[in-house]
Amino acid sequence: MAQITLNALSRETEDITAAYTAAGGDAAVLHNHGLASLVVSGNKVLSANGTEGIVLEKKETEYGVDIKMTIKKGYKIPLPVHLCFGLVPKDGIQEIKMDFVAEEDSAVELIAHCTFPNAEKVIHKMDAEMVIGKNASLKYTETHFHGPYGGIQVLPKAHIKIEEGGSYYTNFSLISGRVGYLEFDYSVDAEKDSICEMVTKVYGKADDKIKILERISLNGENARSVIKSRLAITDNAESMFRGITEGHAPRARGHVDCMEVIQGNAKAEAVPIVRVDNPLAKVTHEAAIGCVDKKEVETLMARGLEEDDAIDIIVKGMLA
Amino acid sequence: MSRDGKKILRGINLEVGDREIHSIIGANGAGKSTLAYTLMGLQGYEHEEGSIIFNGEDVAVLSITERAKKGITLAWQEPARFEGLKVRDYLAIGARGNGGITEEEIKEALRKVDLKPEKYLSREVGEALSGGERKRIELASIITMKPKLAILDEPDSGIDVVSLKEIVSLIRTLKENGSSVLVITHREEIAAASDKASLMCEGVILRSGDPLEISEFFKNRCIPCDNRVSPPKVV
Repeated sequence: MAQITLNALSRETEDITAAYTAAGGDAAVLHNHGLASLVVSGNKVLSANGTEGIVLEKKETEYGVDIKMTIKKGYKIPLPVHLCFGLVPKDGIQEIKMDFVAEEDSAVELIAHCTFPNAEKVIHKMDAEMVIGKNASLKYTETHFHGPYGGIQVLPKAHIKIEEGGSYYTNFSLISGRVGYLEFDYSVDAEKDSICEMVTKVYGKADDKIKILERISLNGENARSVIKSRLAITDNAESMFRGITEGHAPRARGHVDCMEVIQGNAKAEAVPIVRVDNPLAKVTHEAAIGCVDKKEVETLMARGLEEDDAIDIIVKGMLA
Repeated sequence: MSRDGKKILRGINLEVGDREIHSIIGANGAGKSTLAYTLMGLQGYEHEEGSIIFNGEDVAVLSITERAKKGITLAWQEPARFEGLKVRDYLAIGARGNGGITEEEIKEALRKVDLKPEKYLSREVGEALSGGERKRIELASIITMKPKLAILDEPDSGIDVVSLKEIVSLIRTLKENGSSVLVITHREEIAAASDKASLMCEGVILRSGDPLEISEFFKNRCIPCDNRVSPPKVV
């Protein structure tokens, strides 16, 4: 029985590794014991490598995994930590609960690949609570790889607290395969002298539905933030963007920037919201929805590209 | 070519020879850029009558892409911004029709427009580059394409006096590499480097000929143009 389980896990590891590679990840890093990594398929932790300065706890639950990761005080993790989440079967649920703490003066980069190559009826849910300690830094990149069926719900939700002098950079990208249904919900509380940059890039096709809600509260003096969203939707896809930045403290600076390109019968809505209740704070916004820039298309056509190829290059560039 | 019922270009008769640098000179609003866009076939600048003969073939009915594949290209006065598109990739696009391009050839094109490859290759065309830098990248993309006819819309605008010499040199290089160059300009230096020039006013080519003579005529005779209502009287 133990042998069967081992074989099953081995197969699952192979499947998720293959999907990870297809998603653009370098599978070798998952097997390199010199690098910190975590591989989760469904509710199974297939591998977990720690490294000095990182405390990693994980617990398998009915539908997913509870993860607690702490970057210890003063540790600057020199190489990125690789996270691989996914589900290879065509149906299932994966719920990731993450508690992340970067203690004072620590620094780490997390690179997450989420792979759902065969999803026809899949729910991928993440609920994260993150604390970036005083003068600590977190760079978090999350890249999704989905198959062609669109039968997936992606529900990432996170609350991030950035303490004094801390910095948080996140880049969420879902441009490969069908989006399915995406409901992205991140909120940030930024304290004194902290920096926050949130970037989302999504390419919706067919009847994909995209909802993005990003909210940053600049609570501390001199806190700075940027929300940058780049969406391309085509066919009958729909998108809704809400980017909210609130300036509550002197010299807080924030900017909300949403650009959406629509083609076909796609429908897009973008609402940047800025709220300021401190006269020394300043928050700005810009939002644009439209077709691909005509001059850009004609420039590439004047270099010999067909119109469709020109549009493809422009859209991919925007989402790169 | 007309817009809102008003003729923008009228009775244009222009000939650009093989490996010829031909300047189009004229006041603002004379129709110079409109002529360039019409030759390239841009949307909204479709020609209405007559023909555009290129290498013996009427290309007036062809799309922008088809014209480009035949060897015609255009450098905009205000180049497009491409978010996320690296300079390296942008310069390689024009060379696709010529069987591709090597990294060294891309670097050489950047050097020809006085940009250091190591500084610009991996930057984005849409990045916060200055107008002059974007213009040079635009010209580099013309070099890598190796067109038969390069239409340059005011390559000198936003370029300082020192850099102007490099632009002139670049135009000569295009010619040496086998391109004909139709260049729209306000600069005497570029006109002087041309083989031929034409003077435009009110959508009409008034005269073509020796570039210095045309340039002199424009400077001395075209100013009292009666608010551009009618062409100047030719003495």
